[in-house]
Amino acid sequence: MRKRSLIPILYIAFLMLPIYWLVAMSFKTTNEILSGFSLFPQTFTLENYRVIFTDPTWYWGYFNSIIYVSLNTVISVCVALPAAYAFSRYRFLGDKQLFFWLLTNRMAPAAVFALPFFQLYSSVGLAFSRYRFLGDKQLFFWLLTNRMAPAAVFALPFFQLYSSVGLFDTHLAVALAHCLFNIPLAVWILEGFMGGVPKELDETAYVDGYSFPRFFVTIFLPTIKAGVGVAAFFCFMFSWVELLLAKTLTAVEAKPIAATMTKTASSAGYELGLLAAAGTLTIIPGAIVIYFVRNYIAKGFALGRV
Amino acid sequence: MKTENQRAWFFVLPVLLLVAFNALVPIMTVVNYSVQETFGNNVFFWQGLDWFEQILRSDRFQAALGRQFLFTFLILIIEVPLGIIIALSMPRKGIWVPVCLVLMALPMLIPWNVVGAMWNIFTLPKIGLLGYLMNDVLGIAYDMTQNPFAAWVTIIVMDVWHWTSLVVLLSYAGLVSIPDAYFQAAKIDGASPWKVFRYIQLPKMKTVLTIAILLRFMDSFNIYTEPFVLTGGGPGNSTTLLSIDLVKIALGQFDLGPAAAMSLIYFAITLLVSWLFYTLMTKDDAK
Repeated sequence: MRKRSLIPILYIAFLMLPIYWLVAMSFKTTNEILSGFSLFPQTFTLENYRVIFTDPTWYWGYFNSIIYVSLNTVISVCVALPAAYAFSRYRFLGDKQLFFWLLTNRMAPAAVFALPFFQLYSSVGLAFSRYRFLGDKQLFFWLLTNRMAPAAVFALPFFQLYSSVGLFDTHLAVALAHCLFNIPLAVWILEGFMGGVPKELDETAYVDGYSFPRFFVTIFLPTIKAGVGVAAFFCFMFSWVELLLAKTLTAVEAKPIAATMTKTASSAGYELGLLAAAGTLTIIPGAIVIYFVRNYIAKGFALGRV
Repeated sequence: MKTENQRAWFFVLPVLLLVAFNALVPIMTVVNYSVQETFGNNVFFWQGLDWFEQILRSDRFQAALGRQFLFTFLILIIEVPLGIIIALSMPRKGIWVPVCLVLMALPMLIPWNVVGAMWNIFTLPKIGLLGYLMNDVLGIAYDMTQNPFAAWVTIIVMDVWHWTSLVVLLSYAGLVSIPDAYFQAAKIDGASPWKVFRYIQLPKMKTVLTIAILLRFMDSFNIYTEPFVLTGGGPGNSTTLLSIDLVKIALGQFDLGPAAAMSLIYFAITLLVSWLFYTLMTKDDAK
């Protein structure tokens, strides 16, 4: 038994080494970093963190990331809840096909979607400014037909123009784009958890005179709150770590912290200490979230289907 | 038993609309580009399937595809067994369980470009811990910006660092769901540890392993950010994986037609291989 615990210890040590190096680097001065190797910071400094906390382009990056990640988590879980309920309780025309189609969206390389998303959200801005009084559905179909036709709308010179209006460079754009892979995942996880709740619970509630919304909110939701937590955790995680789409859909106003970092890395040469400090700070939200759901993680990864 | 109810569609509608908005519209845009040629100025010409043919025949695409398959193959063959071994040796109860889980899950919650930047800092010669150890302590010449082999080893190790925990956590979830009675029975029968693994633990982990392998396949096949930040596809083109090449063509050169055709081929391969994996691994269940 003793020998066996060596494997997890070694593995965790391997995981912690690069993280340690990043954290150690963030407390060093640029001089020390460039002058040679040192295992611990020789002249301990908080200068790198001071720069980040006093420069709006840096700390707004954090706020932007947290805003769109939270937005995405709320949207994904809220729309996934009724859908997962439908999949777990009812048979309906095309249910299996729909479920499978949802999952295929998880497989698409983000790179495939980066460019179309850019155009889509750029033009949605135009749509809103023109068709303010039409309903969502009309807007959707208008977009759909517009996108399917080989229309001149795509032309490159207009991109910048469209970009300056509406959804492009807003938190909502990123939050909606991340729904592409988070909604299918949330539906998948929630459906697994809901499948574990006996159907008798629903039926008893209806017999007792509960309306559906009241039953769903006051009885069903508390029963599967672990599932909601796990789904929210995964939405948070995948939205927090994704960069390609987030970067393509933002410029200044909603720019995520991760994108600020890439810019710094290239423009300011090698400000390694600053980069390390920013990197260290991006680990913290994840660590906090993971601490809260630690008991559900293993279960959530198994999607409640073990 | 599930009841037949067509009104369930109303529950699914919000999901359908949101995902369709995000999936159908962009994919139609890509299809649209893939069969046309443009010289700007809003003028498009019908091109038919020429781009598809051109991409499939090009050495550049074939080389990138080859590298992509090699990368994904190495990732699966390293991470899956390693993940199972680690999951098997983890404690099943006690205060160390949450500690292990939180620490192991940590790499997965770091933004992907930070992962790339972190490994960049970690492997720099003279400055990084690994670079220093290799070059100055062990005396092995190691510089991933110069040596393609070193670059490959680095991106593989980075991915193992980043994602093995996913396999560990999934396998672990499968393992803890096995009732103790199974192990007691095996003990009475005098089964060897290998037999316990082969006939009790592995079959019980099958569902979660299927999910793990599928997720690892999809994500490693679509990987972009981490190797892009770490090596930028270099030295030369040695670590230019499919996504990196695609982004170069689409957003770098703005060759929309070829990029769109390549996107569709890429997506089709991912879907096909995922489907193959899925049918192969769930074949026995159907019987």
